[in-house]
Amino acid sequence: MLAYVLIAFVKVLVVFTGMMLIVAYMTLMERKVLGHMQARFGPNRVGPFGLLQPIADGIKLFFKEDIIVPHANRLIYIFAPTVIVITALVSYAVIPFGDSFTILGQKVDLVVADVNVGLLYLFAISSLGVYGVVMGGWASNNKYSLLGAIRSSAQMISYELPLGLSVIGVLMITESLSTVQIVEAQSKVWFIVYQPLGFIIYLISAVAECSRTPFDLTECENELVAGYQTEYSSMKFALYYLAEYAHILVVSSLAVTLFFGGWHGWILPPVICFLIKIFVFIFFFIWVRATFPRFRYDQLMKFGWKVLFPLALLNIMITAVVIVLGS
Amino acid sequence: MIIPLLKGLWLTFRTFFTRPVTIQYPEQKMVMYPRFRGLHELTRDEEGKIKCVACELCAAVCPAKCIRVEPAEGPTHKRFPLVYEIDLLRCIFCGFCQEACPYGAIILRENFETASYTRKDLIYNRDKLFHAYQK
Repeated sequence: MLAYVLIAFVKVLVVFTGMMLIVAYMTLMERKVLGHMQARFGPNRVGPFGLLQPIADGIKLFFKEDIIVPHANRLIYIFAPTVIVITALVSYAVIPFGDSFTILGQKVDLVVADVNVGLLYLFAISSLGVYGVVMGGWASNNKYSLLGAIRSSAQMISYELPLGLSVIGVLMITESLSTVQIVEAQSKVWFIVYQPLGFIIYLISAVAECSRTPFDLTECENELVAGYQTEYSSMKFALYYLAEYAHILVVSSLAVTLFFGGWHGWILPPVICFLIKIFVFIFFFIWVRATFPRFRYDQLMKFGWKVLFPLALLNIMITAVVIVLGS
Repeated sequence: MIIPLLKGLWLTFRTFFTRPVTIQYPEQKMVMYPRFRGLHELTRDEEGKIKCVACELCAAVCPAKCIRVEPAEGPTHKRFPLVYEIDLLRCIFCGFCQEACPYGAIILRENFETASYTRKDLIYNRDKLFHAYQK
C-alpha cells in the first residue's frame, strides 16, 4: 500500500516537474525557432545559447508588481489563472509517457493514472479550461478582456467538436477509451496510417484549441490589446502563459498518443522516443505560427463548422464502414 | 487552396536553415559606408595642426544651430578656433558643415556610438573632436 502511494507520488512529481521544465524551455524554443525562421538568432545572451532565458524570464515575472485593477471582481480575478493552469496540468495525468517496468517487485506503469475513460477525462478537463478564460475576461472589468474571453470561449467550443469527433475514429479501432490501451494497440502500426483524415482534423482543431497563430484571435493585439489577459500582470500573467504552453504540450502529447504510437519507437528508450515525437509536434506548432497570418473571425467560425465538422463526421462514417466491411 | 499553404510552410522551413542576418552588436560591428555621416572630426594639416581657421561658415550653415566657434589669432596671425563646440544632442548629422567648410577642416565620419550618461558629455569641445578618431 505504502509502495503504491509512494510510486504514485513520485510519478506525479516527475510528470509535474517534467512538464514545468518542458513548458519553460518551450518558450525558449519558440523564440529561437521563430527567430531562425525570420533569419534572426532569437535570445542568445542569457547563458550559453540563451539557455538560462526561461529562468531569467521567470524571475523577472516573479518580481513584477502584481496589479489588481480597481472594480475587478477580486475573488474571480485571482481564481481564474489558477483554474486554467490546473486544468492544463491535470489533463496530463492520463498520457502514458513510457513502457511499464518492474522495480523492486512493483510493476510501474509510466502514466500517472491509467483510467478506463482516459480520453473522456482528458477532454472533460481540458474543456474546463474555458472557464479560466471566461472568468479572467469577465472579472477584469475591461471591454477588451471580455471581448477576448467571448471570442476565446466561442472558438474553443466550436473547435472542441471537430477535435472530439476526429478522435472517435481511433476509439472505434481500439474499442477503448483508455490511453494506455490505445498506445498498446499501436505497437505494430501507428494509427496515422488508418486515420490520416482524422489526424489532419485533429491537428487543425488542436491548433485552434490552443488559440495559436492562425487561430489566435483571442489575443489579436490590434483589436483587443491582449485578449482576456489584458489586465493581468506578474505571476498571474505568467500562469496564463504557462497554461497556454502546457496546453500545447498536452495537445501534442495526445496527438502522439493517438496517432503516432505513443512511446513506441525504435532503438531509443520509450521515454526518449515519446519526447522526440512531442518536440516534433511542438516544432510544428511554432512553424505554423511563423508561417500563417491570422484568420478573420467569420472565417474561423465558417471553417470550424462548415469544413472541419462535416469532415470529422465523414471520417467517422468511413471508419465505421471500413470496420464493418473488414470484420 | 492547400498548395499555397504548403508553399508557405516550405518557405519558413527553408529560412530556418539559412544563416541569420543579425549582427551581434557589441562583439560584431557593422562596417559603415565611407559616406556615412557619424561623429564629426576636426581634421589636421600636414604638420598635424588643426586645419580649421574659425571662419564660422559651419556655424552659419548649421540648421540645428549646434556649432559654436570662437575665433582667436595665433602668433603667426593665423586664425584658429579658441572654442569649437558641437552639441551632439542638437546636431542632426546633416553634413552641411562639412559641405560649407572651405578648408575641409570638419568631416563627418563613421563613428555612431556617441551615447553617454550625461547631457554635458555630449557637448563635444575642440579637443574632443580633434582627437575623436586618433588613438
